[in-house]
Amino acid sequence: MNTSPNKWQAGIDVGGTFTDLLFVDEGAHRFRVVKVPSTPDDQSRGMLSGLRDSGIAVEDLSALVHGTTVGTNAILERKGARCGLITTAGFRDVLELGRRTRPFGYGMIGSFEALIPRELRLEVPERIDAKGNVVIPLDTDAVRAAMRRLLDLGAEALVISFIHSYANPAHEQTAREIAREIWPTAFVSVGADILREVREFERTSTAALNGYIQPIMSRYLGRLEKELKLARFRSQLLVMQGNGGTMTGTIASDYAVQTVMSGPAAGALAAGHIGKQSGHLNLIGCDMGGTSFDVTLIRNGEPALSAEKDIAYGVPIRIPMIDIHTIGAGGGSIARITKAGLLQVGPQSAGATPGPICYGRGGTEPTVTDANLVLGRLDLATLPGVNNAVALEQVKQRLVEAVGATLGLDAIETAAAIVAVASNHLASAIRLVSIEKGYDPRDFALFPFGGAGPLHAVALARELGMPTVLVPRFPGLTSALGCILGDLRHDFVRTIGVPLLDADPAAMDAAFAAQRVQGEKLIAEENVPVDGIVAIHEADLLYRGQSHVIRVTVEGAFDAAKVLKSLEARYKERFDIELTEMTAILSNLRTTVIGKRAAIDLAAFAPEPGGSLEAARKGSRKVYFDGVWLDTSLYVREALPVGATVPGPAIVTQLDTTVLIDPGSTATVDALGNLVIAVGGNHGA
Amino acid sequence: MALNPVTLAVIQNGLRQIASEMDLVHEKTSFSPVISEAFDRSNGIYHPVTGEVIAQGEMGLPIFVGVMQFTTQAVIERRKDLEPGDVILINDPYLGGTHLMDVKMVKPFYYKDKLWAYLSNTGHWPDTGGMVPGGFATKATEIQQEGLRIPPVKLYRRGELCTDIVDFVLSNIRVPEERIGDIKAQVGALTVGERRLTALLDRYGADVVEQAIAELKARSEQQMRAYIEGVPDGTYSFSSFIDSDGIVDVPLEIALDLTVRGSEVHFDFSRSSPPCKGPLNGVWASTQSAVYVAMKHIFPDVPINSGCFAPLDIAKPTGTFLVAEYPRPVAGCASEVAQRVMEAVFGAMGQAIPDRMFASPAGTSGNFTLGGYDPGEDRNYIMYFFSGGGYGGWWETDGLTNGCSTVGISKTQPVEILEQHYPLLFEEYALREGSSGAGRHRGGYGVNYRVRLLRGSAKASFLMDHGRDGPPGLIGGAPGAVNELRVQQKGVTTTPEHLSKGEGYELEPGDWVQVRTPGGGGYGLPSERDPARVRLDIKRGYITAEEAERWYPSTEAAD
Repeated sequence: MNTSPNKWQAGIDVGGTFTDLLFVDEGAHRFRVVKVPSTPDDQSRGMLSGLRDSGIAVEDLSALVHGTTVGTNAILERKGARCGLITTAGFRDVLELGRRTRPFGYGMIGSFEALIPRELRLEVPERIDAKGNVVIPLDTDAVRAAMRRLLDLGAEALVISFIHSYANPAHEQTAREIAREIWPTAFVSVGADILREVREFERTSTAALNGYIQPIMSRYLGRLEKELKLARFRSQLLVMQGNGGTMTGTIASDYAVQTVMSGPAAGALAAGHIGKQSGHLNLIGCDMGGTSFDVTLIRNGEPALSAEKDIAYGVPIRIPMIDIHTIGAGGGSIARITKAGLLQVGPQSAGATPGPICYGRGGTEPTVTDANLVLGRLDLATLPGVNNAVALEQVKQRLVEAVGATLGLDAIETAAAIVAVASNHLASAIRLVSIEKGYDPRDFALFPFGGAGPLHAVALARELGMPTVLVPRFPGLTSALGCILGDLRHDFVRTIGVPLLDADPAAMDAAFAAQRVQGEKLIAEENVPVDGIVAIHEADLLYRGQSHVIRVTVEGAFDAAKVLKSLEARYKERFDIELTEMTAILSNLRTTVIGKRAAIDLAAFAPEPGGSLEAARKGSRKVYFDGVWLDTSLYVREALPVGATVPGPAIVTQLDTTVLIDPGSTATVDALGNLVIAVGGNHGA
Repeated sequence: MALNPVTLAVIQNGLRQIASEMDLVHEKTSFSPVISEAFDRSNGIYHPVTGEVIAQGEMGLPIFVGVMQFTTQAVIERRKDLEPGDVILINDPYLGGTHLMDVKMVKPFYYKDKLWAYLSNTGHWPDTGGMVPGGFATKATEIQQEGLRIPPVKLYRRGELCTDIVDFVLSNIRVPEERIGDIKAQVGALTVGERRLTALLDRYGADVVEQAIAELKARSEQQMRAYIEGVPDGTYSFSSFIDSDGIVDVPLEIALDLTVRGSEVHFDFSRSSPPCKGPLNGVWASTQSAVYVAMKHIFPDVPINSGCFAPLDIAKPTGTFLVAEYPRPVAGCASEVAQRVMEAVFGAMGQAIPDRMFASPAGTSGNFTLGGYDPGEDRNYIMYFFSGGGYGGWWETDGLTNGCSTVGISKTQPVEILEQHYPLLFEEYALREGSSGAGRHRGGYGVNYRVRLLRGSAKASFLMDHGRDGPPGLIGGAPGAVNELRVQQKGVTTTPEHLSKGEGYELEPGDWVQVRTPGGGGYGLPSERDPARVRLDIKRGYITAEEAERWYPSTEAAD
């Protein structure tokens, strides 16, 4: 092994089924890929075994960036730490009351458990008003007593969240000081430290989420760092965040909530970078796996962010995260006939177990994957995860029994109908995401990733009138790549809540500066080599009376008139409505501080020179398109050289996915190894 | 020729999405917090001849599920002079409407020069004039006191805004400057619908889409019938009660005899109380709509189009307060009256199919309106505050705590936002302990809040319900706690004469209002409750040990 020391950067993404490791040595233009089974009980085991399998010495890693689902899973499975909450007298139930919602629009049913149960939520006398004035001073003895009581009740993590702490955090800070004396662990989450933003339920929920996963994340990362040290890892362990940035393991232990949904965020970030380097600045990223379909809008190479997500019913998380819309549709989605006699695909999924019928793990309900198989789009022999392949005839028979018979369709027609309905459903999701943001999908290229994305991409693009599909070199490793590409990043928010034109520019500049300094300080503490630090300032605005904020960038010194102009322009662009007669309110100031890590040149992924289209062609098979079986050429992705042009119908196979190119569409390999598909026969809407 | 199943599914999805996109644009651009925060709006596509609903957004406010088609029908009947580019403005309650604050727009949609459908929407404006800010006048005895009544007039004529109409409307309502924003938002949503519907027709052809619409209607009907066939035949009677009309202190009864026969349900409300003096009258459109929404809550997966209403036969109970006519006041029709109608449907269906039903939810919007002057900010304000209550226990588990009204799907405003905007201080905003109806699966809990006025003077009014009797339980479950309302003025605490309704409360700094909303009804006998769950309720402080002993005597022994 002639690896020069400290050259390799590693990105490691832990998914539900597989842990993906991607190593890049940019200096030598090489990369290495490892896929190992995930180890859900302790994610680090899978990760460390993947590191061993890579053949790269851990001491030769210059960076290791980890995308982990430890925190997200703890929340979704409700297996977080035992947390206690100390809050303002009269407001103990904020987490349980929420905002008087129900889980479904129709049906007066459902159930909900707060993250912190009522017996672990204690009140103390204190009150601050909306302007930040103290109405009732903090009773510090009561704070001490409450902390002792929570410890007696077995709480491991402490959450402190007071009303209007975004306006004046003094009481929370005093309580935090007291916690330093009394609370035996470092697991203390404070409302305004996590999120200095108005809305008591959302802020408390975000802080509670942090407390809920903090001990779990801290122990996990502690163990991992120890193991890495034993393996003579000499650099910093970085952890991926939901905002598409990274941070060190130490900070991740304090701000654990930032790691929520970081895996999909890494994927979206990579999509943006690949788009930028290949000249496709506007993309819609679609990550399709077995059970879910994640859609992200990317403009100018930057994934859209949102600070308005709910991680589960009644559990809002208000930190900025890459805006990913998930719908329950994937290869495992089940097709069935509704009571009204209509064909419906999903949201039920056969998941990994029992999985599609063709996997032979006991699945009996027809899925999208089964339909693709029947249509010749997939090859059972190369599908990962197939145990004892079920005979094609048997799959066809089940399709007819379960779905086709009611509709009067044979097996092939049934399969085609399932794929068409699934495509239509996915296309609707994409359209709604883009329209919600005010964009027309036809102005974007489709960027499919995940195992099942590239199989459906061309059909989706056609349905939506999108001219181009950009299939990355490793669709199944996009999240791991995103880990390598992530910069250090910290986001800050502060609620202002005054009419824009009344805001004191000097005070606004000072607030921005304070946020910037806080971010720079964190980055300095992280001690990771960076190429420079950039701060981006933004303002959240709305018109008096409205509820939805519009975010605009603030450049240079704060100038209210300039900010107002940006708001008006953005509003016009978004809704095609002009509201110059209305009063603009400055809701929040936001700052993002980014520590730039060395940029990676994705040309490392370009295929080796010397291949040819002919050499890449590995025979053909019959595939069903639009009512006819067409002889379809099969190509091996690795063997396609730069510049190769593949006319549809064709199938390009590779280890992690299958790319389907319809008749009328043409794929070309670009300089970075991406497949750029010009979608033919567009009849977009 | 039968439609291809794929085309059918795709068109169904396409129509639904058009309505959803209209909802989205409407909500995001509105100024009325009742629309943008509380989603009190709805958008849909309606048949060009019958006015029946073809598709309506699933994110729209539930009570508008039926109402919008009645509004569209009223416009079809009254305006024979519609032309491309016209938009009708209307809020008349007696013409397929609800209360005056729900302002509707109806736009004829033309495809290839042919009237092909109507696009309609409705949005709750915070004010349309009248004797109290916000429109919920509990002492009104005629519609003129409730606000400006708009017959179907042309807001746009051949694409041109009729500024005369706008000026006329804005001159008659409070805070007019924000309403022009709401008008723009509402028209914007119709424009989006027009664009998207044209694209759908271009792509699939008008013939195919029309065929699909007919087919989808038939399928919805088939689905609703399939569910009703699962309900045992018979007549099920249930009465629900409104505390009073706010003027005369006697309960108003909604007496329902619900008859299931085969795949049809007949609703007979004829034994209900006569029209009332105060604003707690129902109008025919909202009464019918309440029945539809109740059935949709019971069978939520039936898609909304006119087909799903076909098996439901509602006899018009002429002469009762559920069919009020001009000039009866109707401010409470879409919130409280509609919720009691739904409660009657839930109660009757609960007898028929208890295994897949829920006990009664709190079922009141808990409307607290405060209008006043804040000397600190030198401004006048109108605050609407709606609160939630407990949902009923159901077949699987306990009811939800603090759920939204059955007619709505809205969120409450955060306490911090309210305190930023109004001179108020909430002393508590908490789960109302002990409010749940006992049962095998108990009801959810209501809310208990107390809010004090800090500055200036203000006038409070309340339009709530269930102050006399709590939301009923099902199959042996106990009712939830009643709504409680207390006002302290100059150190003296009082309860309104009409328990849950009152207006004209003058507040000074230091005075406070306390509201305790109902819990949900219990499901099944309390004696069947798992003792471990009773113990957990005590541990969490939901109920006291003494209450547990009283409500769950047999399970206490197990402790």
